[in-house]
Amino acid sequence: MSLLTDLTGAPPGTTTRALILRLSAIGAVLAGTAGAFAYAGGWLSPGALTPSRVINRFEDVNGRHPGFRRNHAKGMCVAGTFAASGAGARVSRAGVFVQGRVTPVEGRVALAGGQPYAADAETTVRSLALRFRLPDGEEWRTGMNDIPVFPVRTPEAFAEQLLAAKPDPATGRPEPERLRAFYAAHPESAAAAALIRARTVTAGFADGTYRSLNAFRFVAADGRATPVRFAYLPERDAAPATDARSPGADRNFLFDDLAAALRREPLRWRLVVTLGQPGDPTDDATTPWPVDRETIDAGTLTLTGATPEAPGNCRDINFDPLVLPDGIAPSDDPLLSARSAAYSQSFTRRAGEATLPSAVTRTPNHGAAL
Amino acid sequence: MTSPSRTSLARFTLPARLLHWGMAALILAMLLIGAAMVTSLGNYHVLVSLHRPVGLLILVLALLRLAYRQRHAPPPLPADLPLWQRRAAHASHVALYGLMLALPLIGWAMLSAARYPVALVGPLVLPPILPGSPTLYADLRAIHTVLAYMLFGVILAHLGAALLHGLIRRDGVFASMALWKPRA
Repeated sequence: MSLLTDLTGAPPGTTTRALILRLSAIGAVLAGTAGAFAYAGGWLSPGALTPSRVINRFEDVNGRHPGFRRNHAKGMCVAGTFAASGAGARVSRAGVFVQGRVTPVEGRVALAGGQPYAADAETTVRSLALRFRLPDGEEWRTGMNDIPVFPVRTPEAFAEQLLAAKPDPATGRPEPERLRAFYAAHPESAAAAALIRARTVTAGFADGTYRSLNAFRFVAADGRATPVRFAYLPERDAAPATDARSPGADRNFLFDDLAAALRREPLRWRLVVTLGQPGDPTDDATTPWPVDRETIDAGTLTLTGATPEAPGNCRDINFDPLVLPDGIAPSDDPLLSARSAAYSQSFTRRAGEATLPSAVTRTPNHGAAL
Repeated sequence: MTSPSRTSLARFTLPARLLHWGMAALILAMLLIGAAMVTSLGNYHVLVSLHRPVGLLILVLALLRLAYRQRHAPPPLPADLPLWQRRAAHASHVALYGLMLALPLIGWAMLSAARYPVALVGPLVLPPILPGSPTLYADLRAIHTVLAYMLFGVILAHLGAALLHGLIRRDGVFASMALWKPRA
């Protein structure tokens, strides 16, 4: 007992009982603090879906490809400018929408999926990611797809769908029963999948329409917020994909075609902002908004060149859709925060990994006699 | 009370005490936010948007506090405190100050290396303090986590020692930092 008194430096006369009681109280405070930390860090809810588990699932389904994005793994860098029409300034105070403002843009076109060396296929979902660099260090980053709606409503459904659509090693195709069970549990995803299947698949990246899919809030100079969805519509007429191409001739034909087109001339897209009305779902990216909603033509994106992914260019940018300038804010769509978290996890992993060159590295040897 | 050192210890000045308790709340909140945000999908964005400005605030307050401490020396420890406890107290305070400066600086540096804009509130963005480099980002990101765990550990030790002084030794050390003058 005197040992305990000596160790703690308790004043003479402190009873053993009092000493043990006070030590227990101190222990309880420390345990409570550590417990709060453990709770916040998710150690007490081991079943919860976390950014790490989402990215693990990508790795389970696609295999590990160090240094590559865990999704939209195969891509190519593009660059250009965005010229604001001024019409967007009515609904957003973001600097990109100021009339006459030309903002430098770097971006990345990619194919959905976690296989960096997969051959291009016409029906694979195509994406366009952009990074606008505004004055004073602000940025707007966005990642868009060429589909009309997103296939799932929540991050949990997203993780379930990844697993349900995982190809069976024996057949190379997803197990139909698992897909059926997933769609039965998620009717909103079944409806979205029908809309996505019914879309017009265009000839390439150059005539694709790229949509935000998630809703955002544009905030005007007076603080008024408007729910929006936005899309980049191609200037050139969309040509439907043809079956003329002999498969296997060029494993990167979608990327090579875009690079060749950009060598010939700049390509343009109009940024069309759709203004939501009260009642339009902002938290459900599987559901289209009514077609009669007012739109604003906010400006023109001009892409002027393409370069293969390399250290220091778009390869090393995380196109996190919640890197937003003042004047653009997230909606209540649960996918947005989850995308931000999962992209960050994917970026952190690949940043620390040695990697191989992108599949899209060379100039194409067809149609490039310019 | 047997010895005068147990009761008549000088107190920290009011600004020093306000800085201490204000920062204690901020740093504890920051550690909880940090632990929660890396495992959260739904609250990730809200938490990370809080983490950046609060981190900068802690950095500014820590610098202010160090400068203040240079001009206003803290009260001495009780004369009867064993040497090893004196040394532990000194070392833990060096660690506390070092970590509360290092963590925000490394956070700022790692976001710079990752080429994320270090957005604070509204249109305010901090300039980068490192050139873009994914490998540098990956290293700093890992160090940020390790140092955060270390800071939490040192804070637990600090809290335990403070309560030992306040509840068992009753030597005036806890009272010297208390916001209110405790009952005699």
